[in-house]
Amino acid sequence: MTPLAGYLLLSALVFSVGLAGALTRRNAIIVLIGIELMLNAANLNFIAFWRFSEQPEALTGILFVLFSIGVAAAEGGGGLAWVIAIYRHYRTANVDEVNRLKG
Amino acid sequence: MANALDQLFVNLKHALVGLFPPAWQPLASVALTAMAIVLVFATLFALTTVLERKGLGRIQNRYGPNRVGLPFTRLRLFGFGQPIADGIKALIKEDFVPAKADRVVHFLAPLAMLVPLTLTFAVLPYGRNMLPLDLETGVLYFFAVGAGAELAVFMAGWSSRNKYSLFGAMRAIAQMISYEVPLILSAVTVVMVAGSLSTGRIVEAQLGHAGWLPDWFVFTPWGLAGFLIFITAATAESNRSPFDLPEGESEIVAGYFLEYSGFKFAIFFMAEYFGMFAAGGMAATLFLGGYGAPAPWLEWIPSWAWFFAKMMGFIFLLIWLRGTLPRLRQDQLMNFAWKFMLPLALVNLVAAALWHFMSPGLARWVVCSVVVVGPYLLLGRGLLERKGLGKRVYRYAD
Amino acid sequence: MTLSFLIIAVLTLAGAIAAVTLRNLVHCALALVVAFAGLAAAFLQLDAQFVGFAQVLIYIGAVAILIVFAVLLTRGGEPPQQQTFSLSWPWGLAVAAVVFATLAWAISGSFAARREPAAQVEATTKQIGDALMTRFVLPLEVAGLLLTVALIGAVLIAMRERLPESRTDNEGLRTDQPSAPSGVLDRAPSGGQP
Repeated sequence: MTPLAGYLLLSALVFSVGLAGALTRRNAIIVLIGIELMLNAANLNFIAFWRFSEQPEALTGILFVLFSIGVAAAEGGGGLAWVIAIYRHYRTANVDEVNRLKG
Repeated sequence: MANALDQLFVNLKHALVGLFPPAWQPLASVALTAMAIVLVFATLFALTTVLERKGLGRIQNRYGPNRVGLPFTRLRLFGFGQPIADGIKALIKEDFVPAKADRVVHFLAPLAMLVPLTLTFAVLPYGRNMLPLDLETGVLYFFAVGAGAELAVFMAGWSSRNKYSLFGAMRAIAQMISYEVPLILSAVTVVMVAGSLSTGRIVEAQLGHAGWLPDWFVFTPWGLAGFLIFITAATAESNRSPFDLPEGESEIVAGYFLEYSGFKFAIFFMAEYFGMFAAGGMAATLFLGGYGAPAPWLEWIPSWAWFFAKMMGFIFLLIWLRGTLPRLRQDQLMNFAWKFMLPLALVNLVAAALWHFMSPGLARWVVCSVVVVGPYLLLGRGLLERKGLGKRVYRYAD
Repeated sequence: MTLSFLIIAVLTLAGAIAAVTLRNLVHCALALVVAFAGLAAAFLQLDAQFVGFAQVLIYIGAVAILIVFAVLLTRGGEPPQQQTFSLSWPWGLAVAAVVFATLAWAISGSFAARREPAAQVEATTKQIGDALMTRFVLPLEVAGLLLTVALIGAVLIAMRERLPESRTDNEGLRTDQPSAPSGVLDRAPSGGQP
């Protein structure tokens, strides 16, 4: 079986890719995609630590991931609603052009 | 004898796997099962296309296909040679890709459609000892993998760079997402009562008989309601009439696969039928006792025959509906999903919970029936009243 | 390091990198699906069957579709004319690189990373359900509340504002369709009295 470090490294890589995407791209949707990738990387960490833990019967990692998936779904829905509202207002979805508080 | 016939395919597979060297046997077992599934369903697809066209012809008072038989012979086979001719035609037709299309996505869309739907066949229990993949979370697997088809619809519609394709894809996705909620909720009732997500265990929970009635979930108040919700939502999920707005030819030509021709179109066509088979198989597994016979004196008929009979019964129902019902309007479609099916599916969950916790007897039947039928009547009346619909009055020429 | 893990890792990483670098937003969303599927496969490999399939159902069946819809509603289907990356992209990349370096250093140095897995773990759906209904019942309720709030909030935010008739937005585009004289279009000729 793959050692824990393999999964942790994969998770760290996915997290960094997501972070880089969220920080460097202009489009708000890609920023959201980056955030989703980071959340998923964290989920992989939880599952990996659960699998390699000394007490897997406690199921803490599994349940944390289930809640995390629920929260991510809520976050995705809310975030994309904001993107659509901002697009309707500013006619752009680029985050660096949305720089006015005044409509 | 009956048992030998029942276990015919299981024994056949064991014999074939035994021919391989021991190291290769697990792989051979998997490959044989997958090949059998693909071959059986591809053949069923070919037969069903003819059956559908013949059935529609019968309903519309005309002949269906009845000419094509075996080439160079006088055998007509009642038109069942038609799929061979159709297959040859699809293969040698020009594979047309629009000039502005996104070629990669356009190419991948049919595959992304067919593969998830084929994967769903893995958890259907086809007969006694004939469950290819006994997952502990089988029902969840079925719906999770099936959800991949929605994305394929979008890929096909978007990559064609055709406004009708895009409209069709948007309609299809909106419809599939909306009807997936009641579909899954109606399946959850079965999971609650059977106490397992495994399809094998769900069928085993329905194998008994209570008097002359088999223990199928459809013969309970919540099961009947769940079954009706399930098959309605499954019809919408597979984009079949009367929910076939995504391909409404009078409005948007052919929907999301408008720009596909040749074999790619055939794959979409096949995927639609595979979706129907999967939905029918799941409906049979969840509510109709899977491979179980309806009465003890019918158990000499092999279990796999019962499964496929129930599945084809569902297909027959779909063909019948297609020949009978007119297409809905888009707003009617959405209202029906969110205002009618979803509340009923939620109420049905309550009914299933009551059924699970009340002691068996007449009281349980009465209470659950009231919980299911009451909201149905109230909701139906309430929604129709606001439409200002009256009783239909026919006026004949005097 | 098994071969299956390597395949999954490469697939996931390729999907993730493509999801944040491609120019066309729809391609990004489709690449994201590949990354999600790879992560779900990793979950399955770690014996977390329920979570793996829940991941497929929610992320591929719902979140990816949501993103695709948002792309189309913000006219992101065509590749943008201007540059894709923001002006401060070197800084973002540097931050991400530093984060990864820190994480990798922590992982390589940690003793937990060399831990042996339990031989056989059981996480049946029944156990998960029992835990959700006993130890984790409060988080479950909170998650339900959060989802309800998100649902209502998303509908409210994305709902079209009822603007006054003549108001136009900044670019001079009319946000409302010029409304037809009322009573002409919406009153269809009602034929055939019963």
